[in-house]
Amino acid sequence: MDTESTYSGYSYYSGRSRGSHRHGERSRDRHKSRSKDSRSEKSVTINTPPAEPLLGDSAVRGEQVQDDNWGETTTAVTGTSEHSLSQEDIVRITKDLEDSVGLDCRRYFTRTLAVILGLLVFLTPLAFLVLPHLLWPEKLQSCGTACEGLFISVAFKLLILLLAVWALFFRPARAGLPRVFVFRALLAVLVLLFVVSYWLFYGVRILDSQDENYQGIVQYAVSLVDALLFIHYLAIVLLELRQLQPCFSVCVTRSTDGETRHYNLGQLSIQRAALAIIEHYYCDFPVHNPALLSASKSRAAKHLAGLKVYNVDGPGNNAAAGLAHSQSRAMIAAAARRRDTSHNELYYEEAEHERRVRKRKARLVVAVEEAFTHIKRMQEEEQKKAPGDVMDPREAAQAIFPSMARALQKYLRTTKQQHCHSMESIQQHLAFCITNNMTPKAFLESYLTPGPTLQYSRDHWLARQWTLISEASVTSGLKDGSIFLLKCVDFSLVVTSKKIPYIQMSEEYIDPKSHKFVLRLQSETSV
Amino acid sequence: MQEVVLLLTNFGFYSLKQQRIEIQKLRQGNNLILGFSIGGGIDQDPGQNPFSEDKTDKGIYVTRITPGGPADVAGLMMGDKIMQVNGWDMTMVTHDKARKRLTKKNEDVVRLLVTRKSLEEAVKQSMGGFPRP
Repeated sequence: MDTESTYSGYSYYSGRSRGSHRHGERSRDRHKSRSKDSRSEKSVTINTPPAEPLLGDSAVRGEQVQDDNWGETTTAVTGTSEHSLSQEDIVRITKDLEDSVGLDCRRYFTRTLAVILGLLVFLTPLAFLVLPHLLWPEKLQSCGTACEGLFISVAFKLLILLLAVWALFFRPARAGLPRVFVFRALLAVLVLLFVVSYWLFYGVRILDSQDENYQGIVQYAVSLVDALLFIHYLAIVLLELRQLQPCFSVCVTRSTDGETRHYNLGQLSIQRAALAIIEHYYCDFPVHNPALLSASKSRAAKHLAGLKVYNVDGPGNNAAAGLAHSQSRAMIAAAARRRDTSHNELYYEEAEHERRVRKRKARLVVAVEEAFTHIKRMQEEEQKKAPGDVMDPREAAQAIFPSMARALQKYLRTTKQQHCHSMESIQQHLAFCITNNMTPKAFLESYLTPGPTLQYSRDHWLARQWTLISEASVTSGLKDGSIFLLKCVDFSLVVTSKKIPYIQMSEEYIDPKSHKFVLRLQSETSV
Repeated sequence: MQEVVLLLTNFGFYSLKQQRIEIQKLRQGNNLILGFSIGGGIDQDPGQNPFSEDKTDKGIYVTRITPGGPADVAGLMMGDKIMQVNGWDMTMVTHDKARKRLTKKNEDVVRLLVTRKSLEEAVKQSMGGFPRP
């Protein structure tokens, strides 16, 4: 087992130091069970690599001197692995490029359409007002007081419309959805039809006949702007207000480790519901840690490896499918009958792991508390006295980091979180905590419990491409019992929805004076 | 026997036996004691009484018997309802009044009329009705 070069998703990105860093851990953990190490899967995960190993080379080289057979157990980066990695990298990059170009094209297309429509909508009332002056100025009646009052009204309503459209539609795009947003498309079509019908009427009744009643024309323009404001109201109701009332309770489960959360959503289409769920995912779910799943995979591998099925009837048997079926059934029956003590191993392994984690945590807490006592915030007056030893937060963090680094590294390794935190990020976090007068416990909180995905460095969430897999059309609305999947590279989120039931409530009035009480007497006397 | 008991408890069928019990008071130091405890009374909560069949019954019940005491010797049993003490009615008295009637210093003997829930009587009666297979 020592000479096996394990090839897991995170080791091939590193150079020598990381490889020997890994072996150092293995030799130190010699007395512990290594079933999980020996069977790490050959999964090629397309995640960007961690920034750098946790401890620099200095500490690792110290361990190297003590170890005897480090040469045998080094994880080497072989030529084939690099080639395959680079090929897949290229494939991934081209795929990303294509997708991004496709999406960007669509996004720019919709943006330009929206801008054109907006310009059309805003310039139409102004055109209605200005065109008579340009085309038949001599015939036109002069604008009286009421008419000029209407000019002010048109101006302000246009301003309000401009601000409202900017507020509702010109926000930074949150996401690129697979299908067109149905309500927005409908609204755009409605606005277009509306403006076109107004132009038609204007063209036929006013331009052709060269109407002299300018006040009528101005009132026509005002009615257009009023109607546009009402359409904007409709847009707010359809796009924003309708989905606020909770209608469905969705249950979101991560497929790899079973983390489940429940959310309340309103009436949304499936793609919009998926978008809302992904946004909730980024802040509620603890970060996905593939290292925690290796134990169950190794157990599964052990189960399968225990039995072998031999076909003694010879080849060329008819009903091959039936044969395979009976083979698997035989395997299942044999596995059920076999005296399996793996549950025993699991129990003791878990108890041992729990104990180890708690011990490391205790050491870590003590080390961090001690480290924090070496730092003191300097007051304003003292700053003038001794400028020599004054440090800014980054330097202070670098000064106290080495005393807690080892304990922290050991703890992260035991809880399999070492790839989530790089040394740089830990020092940054330490400087941040020192600057903001946080206690050691506050500093440790982000390492003791896995936080939401966004808390970690950008590589964990940057290149996220989500795929929505659904049997129903993604622009159809959420229904009771609809199920869809949100697939990511490493895992998928399974979403099921249930309708919130109709609530029938009745009232009961209690008179405040009706609350009366008596003592319960129960004496027992001996005579 | 078990099946018969079940049948009877389902239907709540008890017969009430009246008994006359004579207790000789025992002198202990300065007190005359009878050797049992009473519970109940019209000023008490009848729902708390574990011995009464009817939970609105506010009568006086025997809640505890000192083993070897005068009441035990005389044959009083736990759960008996005291109807009369020396001729005085005890079905509609307060708890304190009942206590006073039982602990009169000038009386050496108390004659109680008690009602007892008797299962044996009921079983004997029912056995006549249901012949054994």
